[in-house]
Amino acid sequence: MATITIGIMDPPYESANTPTAFRLVEAAIRKGHNVNVFCYEGATALGYAGQKQHPNAVHGASLEEEDHPNPKEWIESLLAFAGEKKVKLVWCNCGLCVDERGVENQVEGVCRGSPVDAWKYAEGSDGVLLIGTE
Amino acid sequence: MSKYVLIQSKSPWESGDIGHFYALASELQKAGGEVTFFLAQNGVMGARTGAKDAGLDELLGGKIRVLADDFSLRERAIEAGSVKQGVRPSPIDEVVDLLAGGAKALWH
Repeated sequence: MATITIGIMDPPYESANTPTAFRLVEAAIRKGHNVNVFCYEGATALGYAGQKQHPNAVHGASLEEEDHPNPKEWIESLLAFAGEKKVKLVWCNCGLCVDERGVENQVEGVCRGSPVDAWKYAEGSDGVLLIGTE
Repeated sequence: MSKYVLIQSKSPWESGDIGHFYALASELQKAGGEVTFFLAQNGVMGARTGAKDAGLDELLGGKIRVLADDFSLRERAIEAGSVKQGVRPSPIDEVVDLLAGGAKALWH
C-alpha cells in the first residue's frame, strides 16, 4: 500500500481536469492506496454543499431526467469508497481559498488546511501529482 | 534510475509549449530516466493514425513508453486499433501504479 497526493486547482464545471482527477483518486483507492487530495484556489468549491442539480430547458429535460452530476456527490462517493476499501482518503481544502469564495459549507468529510498541509502530504507520499490550472 | 511520468492533457495543436513538453520527456530519457508519457483528455488527439504531430512521433519507437488513456480515447470515438504504432491504449491505473512506485510526475 502506497500513499499518493494529488493537488487540484480547477473549479467545478470548468475543466476535463476535474473528472480525470476524480478518476485517478478512484483508481488509487480501488488499488488499495491511501490518498491525500489537496484542493487549492477554485477547486475548493468542488465539495461545496450548496451545489444544486438543474433541469435542461433546451432539451426539455426535467431535473430528474437531466440528473446532472455535481462534484460534491463524487467526493462523497469517493470518501465512502475509501471507507469500504479500508484505505485513508484525506480531502483537504486550502482554508484561505475557501474563505475567499465563501464556500465554507462543505460536504461531510472534507477538511480545512493550508499549503503547509499540502507540503506535509507531499513529504509523506510515495507519489505526488499536481494538476495545475492555466 | 529515476522514473518519470509526464501527463499530456492538451491537444498538440492547442499551445506551442507542448513541443517543449515532448522535448522534456526526450531529455529526461537521454539523461538516464525511465520515462512514461501518458496522453489524456485532448492529449490523445495526436495519437490518431494520420494526425500530424511531429513532436509525438519523435517519441514513438524509442525508449519512452507512450500510453493513451483508454477512457479519453473512448470519449473521442477513437478506437484502440486506430492509434499510431508505438502508442498503447491504457487505463489510468497505469498512472496510479507509477505514482505508487515513486515516479516523479508532471502534468501539462
